[in-house]
Amino acid sequence: MEKVLGLASDQGVVIFIKSTCCLCYTVKILFQEIGVDPLVYEIDHDPEGREMEKALAKMGCSSPVPAVFIGGKLLGSTNEVMSLHLSGSLNQMLKPYQTQT
Amino acid sequence: MSATSTQIAALRGMGIYEPFNHISSWADAFRDDGSLNIGPSTIVQVDAGLDNKTELVSHESMETYRSNQEEHKPGDKLQRRLAQNREAARKSRLRKKAYVQQLESSRLKLAQLEQELEKARHQGAYLGNASNSSRVGFSGTVNPEIAAFEMEYGHWVEEQHKQISELRKALQAHITDIELRILVENGLNHYNNLFRMKADAAKADVFYLISGKWRTSVERFFQWIGGFRPSELLNVLMSQLEPLTDQQHTNVCNLRQSSQQAEDALTQGIDKLQQTLSQSIAADVMGVGGYGQIDAMENLEALEGFVNQADHLRQQTLQHLSQILTMRQAARGLLALGEYFHRLRALSSLWAARPREPT
Repeated sequence: MEKVLGLASDQGVVIFIKSTCCLCYTVKILFQEIGVDPLVYEIDHDPEGREMEKALAKMGCSSPVPAVFIGGKLLGSTNEVMSLHLSGSLNQMLKPYQTQT
Repeated sequence: MSATSTQIAALRGMGIYEPFNHISSWADAFRDDGSLNIGPSTIVQVDAGLDNKTELVSHESMETYRSNQEEHKPGDKLQRRLAQNREAARKSRLRKKAYVQQLESSRLKLAQLEQELEKARHQGAYLGNASNSSRVGFSGTVNPEIAAFEMEYGHWVEEQHKQISELRKALQAHITDIELRILVENGLNHYNNLFRMKADAAKADVFYLISGKWRTSVERFFQWIGGFRPSELLNVLMSQLEPLTDQQHTNVCNLRQSSQQAEDALTQGIDKLQQTLSQSIAADVMGVGGYGQIDAMENLEALEGFVNQADHLRQQTLQHLSQILTMRQAARGLLALGEYFHRLRALSSLWAARPREPT
């Protein structure tokens, strides 16, 4: 849990993924399209990956990956990202972290 | 069963059914399961037995005949006839046994075929009467959940048609906003029902859904990940919804851009899925070691997630659009949408029925 939160606070936008997960790839692409360069962390290549997965589930993430953190706080998984993006809220939340406009 | 008849034919060919050809033991001729035992060793035995017996018999009858030529002629003839009768009876019993065995196995096969036919008929009934043949999908075995989805979807389309007519009449009749609200909410709920149905179908067979077999040909032409493309839908509606306020116009444009970005991301994600799957299947394709089928299966499972996300996008687009528009605009929007898809379906039927040039 600490590891997850620690990594999540490392950068403004952090996405926990599994290297084989293509929906994770989708979320990463979307963030890039919005002009954000997130820190992408592959939990399946981490020796503590299983524990991290459990921690993410405990935090209320609908599916363990992708898990999106903005400003150290859990935003959610693919569903939440898509909903917020369509409502226009995601753009607002990511404004301070945009590297390109 | 056919083996038995060929065996009988073989026996016949070997002259074993000819008169005076004895088989030393009829019991030996059949194996325990009742099939005819005609290994080469049996034939050899038969021949050996044949020669011995024939020699014996002919020797006996020759002797008997020579020594009893005048006095015992009628006796010999009788003996011969009795022997012949015995042989004929034996052969007849053998033939009957073989025939009965043939009947038994035919009966078994028939029962099997009847069972299969009943199963196929039972499954075929699920598909119901699809007047538009392009909606009936066959993929070998029919999944009952998919068959149920096809039926439900047929009803969904009929209900959609009713709702469109109601909306058209209501808008022409200038009913109150409150009554209009009910119609709009019904319309949106109807789409939500479709997404719920599709979620269940995706669990049952995601490939069926993504193939678009459940839709008409022209609808399929426009298909994106198992359904309509949300940004395209917004394009269709925008022209129909004028006049929009500046704020509304901005909001709809933003919605369209967000949807396009999400669609692009999902499209790239599915392309990556295809690539990953293809690479894993092609791993050492000329070797003998096989490939990671389990990984490939996991990839295929991921497809359901993509279809769900695509439907989620469609649902959210409709939701947000209805929030941007006034009640009356929303009603017009639902009417326009419904009519648009109806025209796609009608065009498909027209296309299917078009007169073809004789070749």
